[in-house]
Amino acid sequence: MSAQPSPEVTTHQEVTPPHEPQEVHFEPAHPTRDDQLPDTPDAVMACKNVDVRYGDFRAVTGVNLIFGYNEITALIGPSGCGKSTLLRSLNRMNDLILGARVTGEVTLHGQDIYARGIDPIEVRRRIGMVFQKPNPFPKSIYDNVAYGPRVIGMKPSNMDDLVEEALTQAALWTEVKDKLKQSAFGLSGGQQQRLCIARTIAVRPEVILMDEPCSALDPIATGRIEDLMEELRQVYAIVIVTHNMQQAARVADRTAFFTALAAEGTGDRTGMLVEYDKTTKIFENPSDKRTEDYISGRFG
Amino acid sequence: MALRLAAWLTIAITVGIVIALIIPSLEFFAQVSIRDFLFGTRWAPRFADASFGVIPLITATFWTTAIALITAVPLGLGSAVLLSEYAHPRLRQVLKPILEILAGVPTVVYGLFALAFVQGTVLRDWLHLPTGSFSVLAAGLVMGVMIVPTVASLSEDAMSAVPNSMRQGSAALGANRMQTSLRVVFPAALSGIVAAIVLGVSRAVGETMIVAIAAGGQARIVTGALEQGQTMTGFIANAALGDSRVGSIEYNTLFAVGLLLFTITLLINFISIRFVRRFREAY
Ligand SMILES: Nc1ncnc2c1ncn2[C@@H]1O[C@H](COP(=O)(O)OP(=O)(O)O)[C@@H](O)[C@H]1O
Ligand SMILES: [Mg+2]
Repeated sequence: MSAQPSPEVTTHQEVTPPHEPQEVHFEPAHPTRDDQLPDTPDAVMACKNVDVRYGDFRAVTGVNLIFGYNEITALIGPSGCGKSTLLRSLNRMNDLILGARVTGEVTLHGQDIYARGIDPIEVRRRIGMVFQKPNPFPKSIYDNVAYGPRVIGMKPSNMDDLVEEALTQAALWTEVKDKLKQSAFGLSGGQQQRLCIARTIAVRPEVILMDEPCSALDPIATGRIEDLMEELRQVYAIVIVTHNMQQAARVADRTAFFTALAAEGTGDRTGMLVEYDKTTKIFENPSDKRTEDYISGRFG
Repeated sequence: MALRLAAWLTIAITVGIVIALIIPSLEFFAQVSIRDFLFGTRWAPRFADASFGVIPLITATFWTTAIALITAVPLGLGSAVLLSEYAHPRLRQVLKPILEILAGVPTVVYGLFALAFVQGTVLRDWLHLPTGSFSVLAAGLVMGVMIVPTVASLSEDAMSAVPNSMRQGSAALGANRMQTSLRVVFPAALSGIVAAIVLGVSRAVGETMIVAIAAGGQARIVTGALEQGQTMTGFIANAALGDSRVGSIEYNTLFAVGLLLFTITLLINFISIRFVRRFREAY
């Protein structure tokens, strides 16, 4: 995280008229934009009553969520509660899993991405995804970044510029600019993950989904990715699944807490959304007992 | 202990084969210069004015092998992509064993099929092509079909070994299945695919029965696919059935050609190993 307060916070303090009564705010350890956050997000994507099944098994049910423009939304909850499953349903990656089925509505700018006639390929281009384990292609660093633009038929006037821009945005350019032709496998894990982010940015998506993007990384690499997310928030809507509560508290504007409950009849544990709110609210004053238990349990 | 014995036995047998090839070959090269052998264009070991230029045999082997590869590589890789990237897992479970059974059909059956059906019926009766009773085309085509299962099965193994995370990464960028197969999975599996093709080449170069039956028996330089031709293996098969006296020059000729065949196969494998090392991707 950057040490300085973010510019937004400064601006906010400046425009506050001095004669107004000063509210006493809890100061989070890291600057969040909590004050500027609207009560309901400026929606880029939304889930309406989403269920995801694998065959007969219902993995998540009844999810209603809004993902805001210029916001980071964290999905947290115990393992197996369907966070990854839900995330994959946001860019139709579930289509690739045999037997997976999504019902309800997932919208991008109000348009149902599962509607008839919608091309899942186009959906995935507009909603990028970064995976748990860095998965660069067995190609050069340059070709990893240029891959997306090439396959979707983008015709940038200058591919070199596009690659440089994506790598710069992913905070990787200075480290790799002299070895663009070398294999991506030569990079460290953290660099590989930033390369995967650069690769995702290169096709200019509107939303970036991240499934535990730091779980395979050391704390320093994790810090760099978190800084990067902070930067990317200016341009994209970000949804991050994380099992690391401190991470959610650090980076997310809003947090959705999920849990898995045994369904009546079958013994299947089905994931559901317990609480969704501003991150500060979830962490400081959750309305649901289960959220509180989970969060306090984790913090000891 | 038994394993170690088996390993040593294998090595001993290989060395034995090489020695068995080299000793008569040395006798042969005492009488015929290596230059005349490798670069001579007339192969007539049994004639009164005998000539031992191996080029005609090499051209026939080259043609049958090239035709076999032109057939087998696209078909084999195509099936591999279909099986590994498109087929439902259940379909794959059925198709792969069938493919492997196909690889076990005796080559004499393929040989008769090449001679009677491909050459006699298809090329001559149906297509009215100007060709005789034999052709390197018929032999090469059928040999290609014979090695399709080998190429397909091994390439499929290589492609299936590519981690799914790479396919997902590609799909998440908006690539379709074909793009993912050709641009991510295929390059990632390249070393295994090359190994599969090389095994196919080795089998084509060394394949004997099909060419002995369907390619022809006259050792002349082959300049077109519809011509007949005697390959290196075809010559060995024919001559070995004859009654050459042990130690005679005809007898030693067999081993000289055998040694050449062995060297060529070794060279192909060697080059491919270097290639694979160079392009190997760890993931
Ligand atoms: N491909 C799949 N096929 C069948 N069941 C799956 C699949 N992926 C996940 N599940 C099941 O769905 C539930 C939710 O999994 P997941 O979304 O991975 O949870 P989380 O990411 O919250 O740990 C789990 O019970 C898991 O076993
Ligand atoms: Mg998960």
